[in-house]
Amino acid sequence: MRTARVFWIGWLVHFKLMSRSPFAIGVGATWPIVNATLAYFMYRAGGHPETLLYASLGSAVAGIWSMAAIDATGAIQRQRWYGTLELLVGAPVPFAHILLPMAIAISTTGIYCLGTTLIWGRLVYGIPLPLAHPLAFALAVPLTIASVGVLGFALGMVLVRFRAASHIGNSLEYPIWLASGLLFPIAVLPAWSHPISWGLATTWGMRALLDSSLGGHPWHDLALCAGLAIVYAAIGIAILERFVDAARSRATLSLT
Amino acid sequence: MNNLRVFFIGGLIAYRALFNWLNPWIFIPTLVVAPIFQVLFFAFLGRSAGLESDRFYVIGNALQIAALPGLFAMTFAVSGERWSQTLSPLLATPASRAAIFLGRALPVIVNAAFVCVVSFVGSALILHVHIASAVTPVLAVVIIATSISCTGFGMLGAGLGLRWRDAIIAVNLADAVLLVFCGVNIPIASLPAWMQATSEYLPVTHGLRAARRVADGAALGDVTGLLLAEVAIGAAYGAIGYFWIRYLEGAARRGATLENA
Repeated sequence: MRTARVFWIGWLVHFKLMSRSPFAIGVGATWPIVNATLAYFMYRAGGHPETLLYASLGSAVAGIWSMAAIDATGAIQRQRWYGTLELLVGAPVPFAHILLPMAIAISTTGIYCLGTTLIWGRLVYGIPLPLAHPLAFALAVPLTIASVGVLGFALGMVLVRFRAASHIGNSLEYPIWLASGLLFPIAVLPAWSHPISWGLATTWGMRALLDSSLGGHPWHDLALCAGLAIVYAAIGIAILERFVDAARSRATLSLT
Repeated sequence: MNNLRVFFIGGLIAYRALFNWLNPWIFIPTLVVAPIFQVLFFAFLGRSAGLESDRFYVIGNALQIAALPGLFAMTFAVSGERWSQTLSPLLATPASRAAIFLGRALPVIVNAAFVCVVSFVGSALILHVHIASAVTPVLAVVIIATSISCTGFGMLGAGLGLRWRDAIIAVNLADAVLLVFCGVNIPIASLPAWMQATSEYLPVTHGLRAARRVADGAALGDVTGLLLAEVAIGAAYGAIGYFWIRYLEGAARRGATLENA
C-alpha cells in the first residue's frame, strides 16, 4: 500500500512539474508535429497517402521517447542540481520507488505529443483515427508511455556515471526512432538491426497502437511491451542499487 | 587594433566559455552522432516513402545540420552571459559592440562547417552515397556559405536570449522550420505555394539548391548567384539580430531591466 502511494504521489508531482516546464511543453509537444508534417509531406509526395495515420501515431511515440531520452536520463543529475538527491536517497523507501515514477511521469508528458499530433493530423490533413480495438487502444496508450518511461529509467541508470547523461540520452533520439520503425516499417532496415528493434518497447508500443487502431493483434504487442518494461526495470534497479551502495560507501553522492 | 583583438581573441574565449557543448562528452553525442543518425533516419523514411534517393537526404540533412551549431551555439554564446552573470560587466565595457557580438560568430561558423562535413562524410559512407571528389572544393564553399547564413540566423536567437529566459524553445522551433521549409527532406516543389515562397527568405534553401547542383557536376560559376543569395540572407538576419541586441541593450539601460528575463 505504501509502495503504491509512493508511486502515485511521485508520478503525480513530477507530471505536474513537467507539465509546467516551458521546454517540455514548448519543444516536446511541437517537435512531433514537425516530424508528422515531414512524414505527411514525404508519404503524400511519394504516393503513399494511406500511411498518414502511421506517420501520425509514429510521431507521437517518437515524442514520448524524446521526453524520456532527454529528461529521464538526466533525472539523477537534475535532483543533484536541485539539492534534493541526498534527501531522496535517505528517504525510508527504496530509491528505485522514487526514480521509476519520476521517469514514467516524464514519459507521460508524451500524452501531449499524442494529443497534438492526432489533433494536428485531423484538423490539417483530415486523418481520422479508426479504433478497431478500442479497449486495446485505451490500454496501449498508458502501457506504451509506461514502458518507454521505464526504458528511459534503465538508460539513465546505464549512463548514471556520466555527467553529460542527458546529452548522451538526447543523442539517442534518432537512433531509437530509426530502430523502432516509428515512421516506417522496420522491414526497410537491414536484417541485422531487427533484433535491436525487437528489444525496444517503442517498437511494440507503436505496433500495439497501430494494430489496435487499424486492426490486427494488439494483445501480443501489449504483452511484449509489458514484458520488456519488466526487464528494463530489473536491469535499472540492479544498476541503481550498485550505484547507491557505491556512492554511500565512498561518500560521493553529491559529487558531479 | 583593439577591436580586432576583441573580435578574434575575445570572440574565441567567450565562445569556449559559453558554448558548453564543446565538452567532448557533449560534442560527440550531440554534434557528431545525432546529426549522422538524423541523416540515416530521413534516408530510410525517404526509402519507405519512395520519394527521393539516399543522395537527396544525405546532401539535404548534412547541410541543414549547419543550423544546429549556427542556431544553438550563437544563442548560447550571447545569452549565456546572463547565466554566467557576466552580462552587466560585459555591457559596461567600452569595447565595440560589433567586435564583441560578431566576434562570437566566427568560431560558430567554423564549428557549423565542421559538423556539416562530419555528417556529410559519415552518412555518405554508411549509405554508400558517392559524390565525385572533383566537386569537393566547390562543395566546401557551399558548406561555408550555408554555415555563415545559419550563424547569421542564429543572431536572432542571441537577441531573443537577452530578453527571454527560454529562448532555446524558439531556437528549436527555428531549427524545425528550416527542416520543413527549406527542401531538406521534401522537394520544395511539393510544398504548398506559401511554404515555397517562405523558403526563399530562409537560410539553407539557396545553399542546398547550390549543393545539389554542385553534386550533379555544376561548377562554382554556375551557383555563384545562389551562394550570394544564401550569404545575403544570412547577413540580413545577422544584421537584424545585431541591431536587435543593440536595441535591447539600450532599452535595458534606460529601463534598468538588464537582468529581467
